[in-house]
Amino acid sequence: MSFILRRLGAIIPTLFFVSVMIFGLQQLLPGDPAIAMAGEERDPNVVAYLRGKFHLDEPLHVRYGYWMKGVLAGDLGESVRIQRPVASLILEKLPVTLELAGLAMVIALVIGITAGIVSAVYKDTWVDYVANVFALWGLSTPNFWLGILLILLFAVKLGWLPASGYVSPFEDLGENLKSMILPAFVLGNALAAVLMRHTRSAMLQVLSSDYVRTARAKGLDERVVILRHALRNALVPVVTLTALQLGELLSGAVLTEQVFSIPGFGKLIVDAVFNRDYSVVQGVVLFTATAYIVLNLLADVAYVLINPRMRA
Amino acid sequence: MKKPFAAALAAALLAIPASAQTLRIGLAEDPDVLDPTLARTFVGRIVFAGLCDKLVDIDKDLKIVPQLATSWEWSGDQKSLTMKIRQGVTFHDGEKLDAAAVKFNIERHKTLQGSNRRGELAPVTSVDVVDPHTVKLNVSAPYAPLLAQLADRSGMMVSPKAAQAAGDKFSANPVCSGPFKFVERIAQGKITLERFPNYWNKAAIHFDKVTYEPVIDPTVRLANLKSGQLDFIERVNPSDMPALKGESKIKVAKAVEIGYQGITINIGKSDLSQKTALKDPRVREAFEASLDREAIVQVVMDGEAVKGNQWVAPTNPWYAKDQPVPKRDLNRAKALLREAGVTNPSFTLLTATTADAQRIAQVVQSMAKEAGFDIKIQVAEFSTTLNMADKGEYEAYVLAWSGRADPDGNIYNHLVCKQPLNYSGYCNADFDKAINEARMISDPAQRAKLFSQAASLEHRDRPIVYLYHRQWLWAHTNRLSGYRVIPDGLVRLQDMRIK
Amino acid sequence: MAAIALDIAPPRELSPAQRALRRLVRRRGAMVALAVVVFFVLLAIFAPWIAPYDPLATSWGAVRKAPSAAHWFGTDEIGRDVLSRVVFGARASLLAGLVSVGISLAVGVPLGVVAGYLGGWIDMLISRITDAMLACPFLVLAIALAAFLGPSLTNAMIAIGIAATPVFVRLARAQVLAVKVEDYIEAARAVGNSGLRIALRHVFPNIVAPIIVQATLAIAAAVIAEASLSFLGLGQQPPAPSWGSMLNTAKNYVENAPWMAVWPGVSIFLLVLSFNLLGDGLRDALDPRHT
Repeated sequence: MSFILRRLGAIIPTLFFVSVMIFGLQQLLPGDPAIAMAGEERDPNVVAYLRGKFHLDEPLHVRYGYWMKGVLAGDLGESVRIQRPVASLILEKLPVTLELAGLAMVIALVIGITAGIVSAVYKDTWVDYVANVFALWGLSTPNFWLGILLILLFAVKLGWLPASGYVSPFEDLGENLKSMILPAFVLGNALAAVLMRHTRSAMLQVLSSDYVRTARAKGLDERVVILRHALRNALVPVVTLTALQLGELLSGAVLTEQVFSIPGFGKLIVDAVFNRDYSVVQGVVLFTATAYIVLNLLADVAYVLINPRMRA
Repeated sequence: MKKPFAAALAAALLAIPASAQTLRIGLAEDPDVLDPTLARTFVGRIVFAGLCDKLVDIDKDLKIVPQLATSWEWSGDQKSLTMKIRQGVTFHDGEKLDAAAVKFNIERHKTLQGSNRRGELAPVTSVDVVDPHTVKLNVSAPYAPLLAQLADRSGMMVSPKAAQAAGDKFSANPVCSGPFKFVERIAQGKITLERFPNYWNKAAIHFDKVTYEPVIDPTVRLANLKSGQLDFIERVNPSDMPALKGESKIKVAKAVEIGYQGITINIGKSDLSQKTALKDPRVREAFEASLDREAIVQVVMDGEAVKGNQWVAPTNPWYAKDQPVPKRDLNRAKALLREAGVTNPSFTLLTATTADAQRIAQVVQSMAKEAGFDIKIQVAEFSTTLNMADKGEYEAYVLAWSGRADPDGNIYNHLVCKQPLNYSGYCNADFDKAINEARMISDPAQRAKLFSQAASLEHRDRPIVYLYHRQWLWAHTNRLSGYRVIPDGLVRLQDMRIK
Repeated sequence: MAAIALDIAPPRELSPAQRALRRLVRRRGAMVALAVVVFFVLLAIFAPWIAPYDPLATSWGAVRKAPSAAHWFGTDEIGRDVLSRVVFGARASLLAGLVSVGISLAVGVPLGVVAGYLGGWIDMLISRITDAMLACPFLVLAIALAAFLGPSLTNAMIAIGIAATPVFVRLARAQVLAVKVEDYIEAARAVGNSGLRIALRHVFPNIVAPIIVQATLAIAAAVIAEASLSFLGLGQQPPAPSWGSMLNTAKNYVENAPWMAVWPGVSIFLLVLSFNLLGDGLRDALDPRHT
């Protein structure tokens, strides 16, 4: 119990550092943001107006104060570029990125866990190496590159899938899934390698344990041993570790969404950095960091609850 | 027994109107605010072409043609422009578009906080409502470019009722009077418009819906067109053009832009202008002489550009024909450098990270090397380069301008003393006089003479070395017809249809 | 009967490191990976002698020519030889991997060791800052840093290095915490060794193994990160070659000049895959269960 309270207490300073870090990184970006925001004509009146509106002439800590005051009141600011509240942008794009991440996770689990099991069971044989390489190739190719190649193959040459873009699942579920397969695959590939590693080492650990040796000694069929007994125990750490990979997914989503023109978080952040749309970057990063930290906490709690031995 | 049924079915089917037709357009960037007063990007204007009508428009020869205004006339002293507004036009919300609405809009453009149209309409002092369908715009001094400004965002009319009701949230649901009305916009995603049934020119509109989708990567954008997901795309990669010739299902269209691509030189923006190797006009001339514009066009743009040496393309009616594009002259370049007493001048060429700007920088670096120039390329993000240019922290800068219908739009802000886009710091009294005078006369022949004078001054001083003018490259499905190719790069939906 | 002296020499004691090395060598996959890495390192070092042309030499007449006898890998969008650029590009990509991770190690490991060993509020401060950095998606952090510093290979390396530091801080700290309670540390302290001596002599060698594994895998991730930053225009800038920026330029010509993209793509793939395999091999070899 005190463990949980301690972890909860640690969240506040962490979030504080996150906010300072992302605020600093944005506000200290080179280039006058007012000029960047003022568009092609760069009318001096507009520049002056923007400087005033965003308190750009005030010192850094004062600006931080303005921002924090808003955040604590629930106002994450507004996108200068398209004049929409950051909170509404987040709400609009969260389901898109969640869907992409979810599908990617499913693909990663399927590829990664299968490869991990196969690799552990056939350890040190050629099957092990092939499974290794198969899972690793996703981690070894830049995902934007893989994306472009897949688009050329599946959309242009074969015409099976759309080249890019996003259709809401409420509008047309079929089109939605078709437009998400390629990006989810590209995104899930890299994660598959990580999951494969976790599964493999967890399986190896379990396969050499007394528990399994007993099952084998009892004469149980090997497949039952693996699937029923070993896997169940091996999956526990894998699943909890998986929750922590969401940060990795968002990282990968940044480029995947660019290539496939999926209007999710990743694309939002990247475009905002280049357009010096501070509020958007600050708001979105703070939001995702908070979500990540909370998820981490939940995963830790779950891990401790499942594994009482860890509490010692 | 089946026959009568089949006949009835056939009759029923024939009676069903044609199914909803949607035109799907792929954009190269995500548009910004959908409010004509605040808008600041080129790509936003493409969406406006479907959403917001303007007082006047331009045709392929850059002549002013009627749209919301049917006729216009300058007063004798050139200090007021009287325009007749088309009758029976309504906004998307049903409000009447009359002289009062026009007055409201012009004033909104001039007074709204953050308006980007103020500079364009600066000389306009007041707007009078003469009668419900006639307005009079009064200017402080004769201002020839006014009509060209009214052919762009400054002439776009939004519904006064909607604008007042929405306040600063207007861009979330823009209400204009164009052929299509706003349905929804997914941020960084699709913008959907649907047909406005009471459009004054509805006979020319053959779609029920239009969608604009930003697809940043040109390869992916083209892939979308090839796979049939998009019907029309803008800014095709020049290197993809040869392959498209062989595609039977795709047609291409092109037009030379009204803007330019050039290298701006710091000749007076900051102290750096006194220390740079380019401060000597002979060195600048040598630099220009070392450039082979033909080769630049070929290598950088795959031939899809027109070499140029002025603020408008040689194909543009305002081009000063008496000052043609010079050819490369390495010997002259070397001789000039010898004369100036510098054999290996070195300077830094600033460029943004965009693909063509970088290609230009690299090609220019290696061409000028043959004359003895040692150019260092400095790359920074676009926003950062603008900032540096604004502060004068550069020697030479690869910069393009999207162009305006009236040549004044390509010259005034960039080359007249102390104007916001004058990054070179050029400040020449004779030049300013010529350009200011050209603003005040309406006779094209006289204006052309003044522009020619200004051009020769520009060529002598070289604050900007113009390189070329890009071809706008569009591609669309061969089932689409009626696309009007106009050099401002916009997509006008009137008369377009898909089989 | 004379006593037959059976001179049976006792089995030679191998140190844990030597045993690990022997295990590593036996894993064929890791050995092949190592060979590939060495190949690229040699390519990078001897680039000027291996590359047939100057990687920066442009040629207007030979723009985007397909592979031929004169240009084995073809030419790029302004007429430069792709093979030469790939060879020289190995330098940038390897540097991106090695220097970034070097930065992470140099900053992260000492911080982690200090946090783990000293505990208290120093630990709290370092841990919270590390948590904060880990809470931001890696690439987003790298992009923000690179945009902040400006687009160049050096800045990309610094950005990637800083963004990857928290992982090493955490790892080093966790290892130190595990080792801190071991008997031999207590013994060393009891004998009167200073904190620094304990840290260097006893703690360090015992935490090195997982850090080496993580570092190898991090190099792989860093090479990919450089390519990703280049895709966004923030990495190595033209005309200097790097596989990532070559891919970024080549993506516009994928259909009409695929050779511009194939070779840098294959190179990145081989190098990163090798580092990944090597890292996995090291992990298996250094697995404490075997000791």
